[in-house]
Parts: sequence; structure tokens; C-alpha cells
Amino acid sequence: MKIKGRVWKFGKDIDTDRIIPARYLTTSDPAELAKYCMEDEDPSFSKNVRAGDIIVAGKNFGCGSSREHAPIAIKAAGVGCVVAKSFARIFFRNSFNMGLPILECPEAVGSARTGDIFEVDMASGEIRNVTRKKKFKARPVPPFMQELVRAGGLMKWIKKKGF
Amino acid sequence: MTITEKILAKHAGLKEVVPGELINARVDIALGNDITAPIAIKAFRKIGAKKVFNRKRVVLIPDHFTPNKDIQSAAQCKVLKEFAIEQRLTHYFEGGDVGVEHALLPEKGIVGPGDLVIGADSHTCTYGALGAFSTGVGSTDLAAAMITGKLWFKVPESVKFVFRGRLRKWVSGKDLILRTIGDIGVDGALYRAMEFTGSVIKKLSMDSRLAMCNMAIEAGGKNGIIEPDETTEEYVKRRTERAYKFYSSDRDAEYSDVIEYDCSKIEPQVACPHLPENTKNVTEVGNIPIDQVVIGSCTNGRLEDMQVAARVLKGKKVAKYTRLIVIPATPFIYEESMRRGWFDVFLKAGGVISPPTCGPCLGGHMGVLAAGERAVATTNRNFVGRMGDVKSEVYLTNPAVAAASAVKGRIAHPDEVVR
Repeated sequence: MKIKGRVWKFGKDIDTDRIIPARYLTTSDPAELAKYCMEDEDPSFSKNVRAGDIIVAGKNFGCGSSREHAPIAIKAAGVGCVVAKSFARIFFRNSFNMGLPILECPEAVGSARTGDIFEVDMASGEIRNVTRKKKFKARPVPPFMQELVRAGGLMKWIKKKGF
Repeated sequence: MTITEKILAKHAGLKEVVPGELINARVDIALGNDITAPIAIKAFRKIGAKKVFNRKRVVLIPDHFTPNKDIQSAAQCKVLKEFAIEQRLTHYFEGGDVGVEHALLPEKGIVGPGDLVIGADSHTCTYGALGAFSTGVGSTDLAAAMITGKLWFKVPESVKFVFRGRLRKWVSGKDLILRTIGDIGVDGALYRAMEFTGSVIKKLSMDSRLAMCNMAIEAGGKNGIIEPDETTEEYVKRRTERAYKFYSSDRDAEYSDVIEYDCSKIEPQVACPHLPENTKNVTEVGNIPIDQVVIGSCTNGRLEDMQVAARVLKGKKVAKYTRLIVIPATPFIYEESMRRGWFDVFLKAGGVISPPTCGPCLGGHMGVLAAGERAVATTNRNFVGRMGDVKSEVYLTNPAVAAASAVKGRIAHPDEVVR
């Protein structure tokens, strides 16, 4: 799977409250959550984000709550994938479990500015900053997690295995 | 092996596990709340599951927006109730029986030493205080565990934190964990287990241990854990509903890091906005006027916390223009606080007593902040906009500092109020 889109660059320790504040957690409707995605970090984000755009962020992206509403909101906003220096553990699990592609690559993050064009190859982990003509290799995803993604997320993997 | 590795190995049916290994392990308890369970229940139905793996092992607690703050949150809670009725779940609580989940589960004996517990709430790591492996997950993970009774885990590396020396006056487990997070940062234990040990931990009360393990997630930890001992035995023997087992780390267990503290040097801590790692000694924060104080939550809404708050507030008045909200975390703590006369102290001081709820901790209800308002809270997070407006601020402290701050109307050391 290849994803090509514009970069939205964010800083370090972007917590789940900034991705989707608790005041909107009285719903789990993806379209509704998408409207408020990243609101407390950049109020213009949900209005201007386009399908396939890529969130690029510093260390510990998604720290805080276990709310799956965070990856749901990002995915429903049209974001193609998230590249960060590192991810908080629960956000990392949630993203794989529900099929939001994410990659850890500190070098690619360092090169990126908002508005750059990124091309990400999920299979090989190759990330190209097209604007700055640079190529990076993300940390490989463990085989089991690749299997999860191929199956279409945790629920589909379980269904396939029988329960 | 470490205690974390032993519990994971046991539940995966393996003799041993090593950090980095991916395992499929049996889950003793799977927990969800009114924010996370509706998504899990939807996923449960979507793949055609009909029955939970064990009706005694799936626990649903509507505690975040309850008592229901609006029509939407009421609808979310109704999803839990209907599922609990349909599946005949043993452990479903609401109304006057419900409490903040991570205070309620240990108190009711639903979780115990040696258990493997997952919860669709990040603070599920609290039960490590009992010597259980417990960790927060998302709603899809909860759905998978509700159906199969199993879940995949990556065995974490462990970091050992050794606390020695003597605790100073007014210093509690909350201060030890705030100091730790201040030192290692909000991703200092990312993907790793945090094992708390040392002579100070051995003497620490269960309430303080629960507060420490509760905040492991604020350092990025997968779980926080304390080897069970006499204090654990004393706590669990009267309540735990299932057989339990004490695990302990081997002498030659491997740790990715060992960090030691001389506790006699640790003062009451304050985590300043907007991350739990922005910690300072209470005497170093300066003159910070405050609008609201919240004493409660899954971190510090327990009996010991109510007791220390009452001790500081006894015969005192909350400063004019400052709100004090006290939230006993469970019906038992509520009743016991009332019986011991602490409610009189809170009410005479000018405090508001709320029924058990997560409410203000996440800016839900019962104490939401306006732009420019500042709160001192015994909760676990001070992210941007956490307790309300994006331009509000939250300072995290222990209950003694919070109570003293309510009296002074600014962040204050308890010694300024109690002599």
C-alpha cells in the first residue's frame, strides 16, 4: 500500500485530548469525531485536511487516554497515515487493531515541514520526502502486526481464526 | 524472570517468556466504561459474536459521564446496561452502586494478585498495586477479549524503581510517582513495565500503592507493578472473589534499567501545566492563585485521600472565590467518609461533595473550567484542555497539597495550613 499526501507537522507528546477532546466523547460516530480532530492543537485542521494527507509528529504521539476515538477521528478525517518519532503504546495498538497505518521514523520526521509532500510505502517501510528529495526507511513492523493489517484489523483476524 | 514476565508466561501457558516476544494470553478480567465499551459492543455485534467468553469476567462500569450529564451520554450508558442485561454480566454497577472503576474493582475484590487484567481505559494499570499484570487497551482489544477471553501482548522490558529512605511528612505515593515521571519524562517508560520496589514501598499503604501504579501510564509504561506482601494479603484476603497467587521477581531477573531514590529528599510535588512531567517541589512553584480544587479520581479518591484532606481542612474555610470539589471514588468510600465525620469537615469548609464519578478529571462534568481558570487536582493528567477550556490550566498534586491550596486560594504547602 502506497500513500502520497501533504504533510501536517506536529510537535512532541501530542496527547489524545488534543487529538480528540473528551467533550466530544459522547459519540463514537466517525464522521462526527472527524469534525473535531486535532481541534485543541490546530482548529483549522479538520476544515483543511484532504484525503491522503499525512500527519508527521514528534515523540510519544497519542499519549494519554486509551480512547480509540483518537485513531478513529484521524482516519475519518481522511488522513492516510501517521509518521512519528515514536507512538504511545495504547495508541500504537489501537491504530493496528483498527487499520490506521502508522510508522516510526525519527529521521523522516526531522526532515518534514508542513506542506511537504510525503510518499509512504507501508509494505517496505520506505518514506520519501518528495519536496526535499530525501529517502528514509522506517523501523520494520513485527510480522504478527503485518499479519493483523493484512487481515484488516484485529476483529477480522479473530473472525478468520474462528472464535 | 520479572514478576511481569512470570504472570504473562503463566497466562500464555508458557514456561518462560522474554521481552519482545509476542504472546497470546488468557485474560482474567476485561473491563470497559461508558466511553469505551459502546465501541467494543458494536465491534462484538458486528462480527457476529453472541456470547461473552465468561459472564463473570467481563466488567462494565459507567463512570465517566455519570450520573449522565446529557442525552448523548445517557444513550452511551444505556448501551452498557442493555448489554449487561442481555449477557447476564455479574459485574455491572450504576446509580448508588457505581464508583470510579479503578477504585471499585480492587475494593470489590474483582481483581486480585497474579491476575492478567485488561481494560479499555488507560489507567487500568492501577491493579499492579495488587501484584497483578494489568494494562490499558482500546475498544477493539476489549471486544476481542470479551469474545475470546484472550488477547495478544508484546512482553515488555522491565524497569526497576527502588525507593529507599524515609518519607517526609505530607509525602505520599502520589509524590513518588510524580517525582519519577518528572525525572524520566512522559515517555520515559514507553512500552516498558515499571516495577516499584524498596523499603519505602514495603511500608506504603495500599491506597498509596494504587495511586502510584495508576500513573505508570503517564510515563508511557505498559504496566506498573508491586510485588505482593503482607499489606497486599491484608487487603485482598477479605475481598478477593477468586483464588489469587503471589508472584515475585527472581533475584537474577533482568531489567533494562534500575533507578534508585532516596525518599528523604522528596518533597510534596506539583505537576505544572501541561504535562505530568513538569514537576516541581511545592515550595518552588511560587504564588499561583487558583479557581478550583478537585480532590478525587481513580488516582486519589480513596479513603486515605479523604482522610488527609479532612485532616488539612478541619476547622478551616476554603478561600473566597475558590471552589473545592470532593469526590469519594466509591459508595463505600463515600459512606465511610460520612460516617467518620469528614463530610462535616468538607461542608463546613465550604466544599462541594460529589457522588462518585470521573466527571471533572476529563472535563466531563461536575467542575469544568472556563478560559483562564486554573485548578489544582489530585487527578492524573494536566494536558491542554483536559478539565475544560483549552486556555485553562491544571496542576496535579497529592490531596494534602490540594486541600491546603483550597484554603489559601493559591498553591500551598500543607504546613502553611496545619501546624
